Amino acid sequence: MNILSKIVIPLFILLIIFYGVKKKINIYDVFLEGAKEGLIMVFHITPTILAMVFAVNLFLDSNFLEGILNFISPILDILNIPLNIIPMALLRPISGTASMAIMNDIFIKFGPDSFIGRLASTLQGCTDTTIYVLALYFGSIKVTKTRYALPVGLFADLMGIIAAFIITFIFFG
Amino acid sequence: MVNGIWVSLILIAIIYSIFTGNIETINNGILTHASSGINLVLDMLPLMILWNGMMKIAEESGLLDCFSKILNPILSKLFPKLPKNHKALGYIASNIAANMLGLGSAATPFGLKAMNELQKDNLKKDTATESMITFLVLNTAGVTLIPTTVIALRLMNGSKNPTEIIITSIIATFISSISGLLLDYLIRRKNQ
Repeated sequence: MNILSKIVIPLFILLIIFYGVKKKINIYDVFLEGAKEGLIMVFHITPTILAMVFAVNLFLDSNFLEGILNFISPILDILNIPLNIIPMALLRPISGTASMAIMNDIFIKFGPDSFIGRLASTLQGCTDTTIYVLALYFGSIKVTKTRYALPVGLFADLMGIIAAFIITFIFFG
Repeated sequence: MVNGIWVSLILIAIIYSIFTGNIETINNGILTHASSGINLVLDMLPLMILWNGMMKIAEESGLLDCFSKILNPILSKLFPKLPKNHKALGYIASNIAANMLGLGSAATPFGLKAMNELQKDNLKKDTATESMITFLVLNTAGVTLIPTTVIALRLMNGSKNPTEIIITSIIATFISSISGLLLDYLIRRKNQ
């Protein structure tokens, strides 16, 4: 598995170069042209990324999530839902790094092969940082009216989280 | 929508901190988190430049068209409004492939390029098109076949079988993507 994921990129670049040679295009010049576009692209998305990282980190600093959790923890106890998994599920659409950090905490506390460790792994792997991706992709082309994109994205996340719970239970419960 | 989220995140953060007497932390945060943003940009920069260069070669040589032809049976169902030879399709195909393989750093440049191509024939430049939204739903659901970082972290923490979560992740991803695409499809049909 590891070798496979390591060889994909070199092979992909090999394919691109080979095909370019075969079609007799001026590879080096075309590369530079594209690279320049990449630089401009980063320049355009810098404010978007800065804005999102700033807001998300500030939000995490405020410990607002912990406040809510303390408030609802009696209900979670009754439902037998492991407490640590909730902030991770809540953070997953907002910040990949933050949910990853919580997952790592869970690994350290309970071990990666515990039920909650497996659940956290599945949760981290099953969805992406919806709000970040949305802000980045739409921000890069200056689309501000995103219509129904966010609700659908979050709905997909929610279904992923529910699915992760059920599937981990079936496989490892 | 993003506007609302951004405003809420900041308002909640500052007001909650004032009420809980956490002003010191939030004050430091305001000063340091702007640079965290720039650090992320700097981390992205080299690969964005590299992959945009590489993909330009693939675009000019016609390799990108080959990709989109292979995935065309699926792509034409997902993006019925895009003509078969639309430039965005090659980038969408590459983006999905990179995401599936867990190559997130390569997926982002492809995705941004795809959005760029989709924007070119958007009549209302400030409003998302249906194709853009479908693409984003596909993307945010994170169709990952090999969650490489998760496996690495499991290994580091002494898991006996770090890859055992691949199958559960794939099923969960699959359910998440299908539900998103289904809802997207229903909304599109209702709007017609």
